Amino acid sequence: MNNDRFLDYAIRYGFLLLLAGLVVFFSLLASGFASPRSAVFILQSVAITGILALGVTCTLVVDGFDLSIGSVATSALMLSAYSMVILEHSAVVAVLLCLAMGALVGLINGLLIVKYRVPDLLATLGMMFLLIGLQRIPTQGNSIATGMRLSDGSMAEGAFSESFLWLGRHRFDLVLERLVPVPVVLFLIIALVVWVFLEYTRHGRLMYAIGSNEKAATLVGANVNRYKIIAYMISGVTASIGGILLAARLGRGDIASGNNLLLDSVAAALIGFAVLGAARPNAFGTAIGALFVGILLQGLTMMNAPYYTQDFVKGVILVAALVFTFYLSARRGAGGKTSTNV
Amino acid sequence: MGKVLCKLEGINKTFGTNHVLRGVDLELFAGEIVVLMGANGAGKSTLVKLICGYHTLDSGSMTLNEQPYCPSDPAGAIAAGIVTVHQSIDDGVIPDLDVATNLMLDQLTVAGAGLLVRDRLLREKAREVASNMGITTDVRTRVSDLGVADRQMIAIARAMAHAPKVLILDEPTSSLSATEAERLFQLIEKLSAQGVAILYISHRMSDIRRVATRIVCMRDGAISGVFEKTPLDYDGAITAMLGRAMTEVNIEPVNVGEPILEIRELKLAAHSLPINLTAHDGEVIAITGLLGSGKSKLAEIIFGLQQADSGDMQLDGITYKPDNAASAVERGVHLSPKDRSSNAVIPTFNIANNLSLPFLKSFTRGGLLSWTKQRDAADKMIDQIGVVCQSADDGINMLSGGNQQKVMIGRWLLEPCRVLLLDEPFQGVDIGARRDIGQHIRHSAPGRTTIVFVAEIDEALEIADRIVVLNESQIVGEHQNINVNLNALVAQVSGANNAVECQSQ
Repeated sequence: MNNDRFLDYAIRYGFLLLLAGLVVFFSLLASGFASPRSAVFILQSVAITGILALGVTCTLVVDGFDLSIGSVATSALMLSAYSMVILEHSAVVAVLLCLAMGALVGLINGLLIVKYRVPDLLATLGMMFLLIGLQRIPTQGNSIATGMRLSDGSMAEGAFSESFLWLGRHRFDLVLERLVPVPVVLFLIIALVVWVFLEYTRHGRLMYAIGSNEKAATLVGANVNRYKIIAYMISGVTASIGGILLAARLGRGDIASGNNLLLDSVAAALIGFAVLGAARPNAFGTAIGALFVGILLQGLTMMNAPYYTQDFVKGVILVAALVFTFYLSARRGAGGKTSTNV
Repeated sequence: MGKVLCKLEGINKTFGTNHVLRGVDLELFAGEIVVLMGANGAGKSTLVKLICGYHTLDSGSMTLNEQPYCPSDPAGAIAAGIVTVHQSIDDGVIPDLDVATNLMLDQLTVAGAGLLVRDRLLREKAREVASNMGITTDVRTRVSDLGVADRQMIAIARAMAHAPKVLILDEPTSSLSATEAERLFQLIEKLSAQGVAILYISHRMSDIRRVATRIVCMRDGAISGVFEKTPLDYDGAITAMLGRAMTEVNIEPVNVGEPILEIRELKLAAHSLPINLTAHDGEVIAITGLLGSGKSKLAEIIFGLQQADSGDMQLDGITYKPDNAASAVERGVHLSPKDRSSNAVIPTFNIANNLSLPFLKSFTRGGLLSWTKQRDAADKMIDQIGVVCQSADDGINMLSGGNQQKVMIGRWLLEPCRVLLLDEPFQGVDIGARRDIGQHIRHSAPGRTTIVFVAEIDEALEIADRIVVLNESQIVGEHQNINVNLNALVAQVSGANNAVECQSQ
């Protein structure tokens, strides 16, 4: 029995303990790691992926998947640049356009999956391709910056407005002056909202029910199709927020940025399965998963690990977390599961 | 009786703190049909899973043909000649392939099988297997396009392709109609005559009476009785299984109140006669009929999952025409569906969350779910319907089938309703839990009307004030549940009588 208890604790707290261990390890070995600036740097490095990951978590909850989040984010990046630099819109208009675009893409994804019965992976894969292509058409495949030459020969007169750049660059004072950047604050707020929504509202509960047994959820009167569409719309909107923040940080419509967003955020959401032994998508786990990757990379970088090892490290964490989730939890579940049909 | 084919001695198996099997001894002889009976949670499924290689035993020994037998996985068991047809049919078939490929699949994995698949030969062989089994569907049909019963027959046919020495059937008739079940029984008898040992697991007394040559009862993880003297002592077997004698249920039909649900001129199928039925306050109506008689369709129409071809319904005197489950629930019509594992259970939720699922709105305060309110309601319901569990936090999959079913029905009793529809509420539930559920439904009946859809006549007789018989989508008989003429009832169910004659009864 002792063994079972141990396994139970390991599954529940193993990942969090590992995280704490890493923090202690890096604090002792990498000078400067244990400082507010470094902590904020880590948060900043994971804020945008974290926001995307929270969106994809919602689609995972209804047993779906959204591969288009990366391209929605880069589309939002290009759209905000296009709107301000070329169409000379204000920051508010640019932000609203991007959010609307994210919601629309989510709606189309949802309709493809629910109405046209396209499997989720394929629908969102198609949408990903479509968006990657679409975002290049208005500028003939060029990045967008003030002063660029347009197709009719004129110069782009507009510029990123200060208030838009504030979103990516402003830092709030906390203990130290100019410490906490806006994206970090937004990441924490969105994490809190998604967490409360999924865990503590009836809508979240029904979404989990749909993910676990769709037929049963239908038969208790849940509007399954609507919840699925909503999940993809949440995912689209959070991805567009990520894109807006990226644009505000870069200050230009860079066609090549955001390549890693999809994989990094999906990894964070999947690592989240292992946190607290949840073995299911959950917002808290996703946020911790994103942080975990950030801390490890920051620590290794401060210990002079070269940048090209980063993806390898992420892959190792992901595989370890998946084993944690699926192998250990399944073993723990064995006692309970077998009594199902006895 | 033939020689001992398979012998189990002193089998023990523990899961965590749960001592599931305690020293089980069992012998299977060639050419006999052993029925294994046991209440939900007695350890039947675990025993079967040990024999067919899903679990390994903690202590004890198994022999097959006097050789030590200890399969490390299901494939090992099959190779040794022990073949199992599991309760969940879709484990036994590959839905995206056609019938022929499904029947011949195992030939494709045999060592030395050719690289190319010769479709014509495959189909020819498949037709042979199919006709031996009495399967009449075109072998080119995709399995996913077939009904449940046909899939079940194909799963069994596939098992037969291995030429098993021991065949284990776990609740094989739960989704078969009477004729299909009869086909299966004939097949079982044929195999048994060829010297195959058959272990048959079922809760259905009619099946057990039909096939058993020996009955082995299990209770709390141990063998509690073996019955082999003819005629078999069925009542003794039930007593051994439950640890107490089961008394007959005596129903006294109640005086019914006001009409609640009126079904008028409702057609279940284009060609059938329309149905008229009035369900009253406090009344429990059992609608019985064979698989495919239209029972489930009627339940689904009342719950808004399907629309009737014609006709209308009145609920409390007001027109009732639900578009979907949500609008039915809003009017106070609740349905506990059949096949709980695919239609009702949320496997990742605990008991409390499974219970509260349809009525989350009433557990919400200021937009957030109130855990204490849910918890209180769950504790109360667990107490009322007698769910055996440690607490409302237990995962639903920790419960035995009967207790899961109690939770699924309790879910719809959390809030008062006008019409309670129960589709096959006793599916995979042992007789003890069945009586508990039946009693609770009858006690709580006043204030609503209850309609129970069951295929087994025994179950209808146990719970209903009034029994309505459906055959081919129309009502062919109606009985007050007092001194029912069983012969007439059975004849109506099987469609032997002329429909018009019965309606006047």
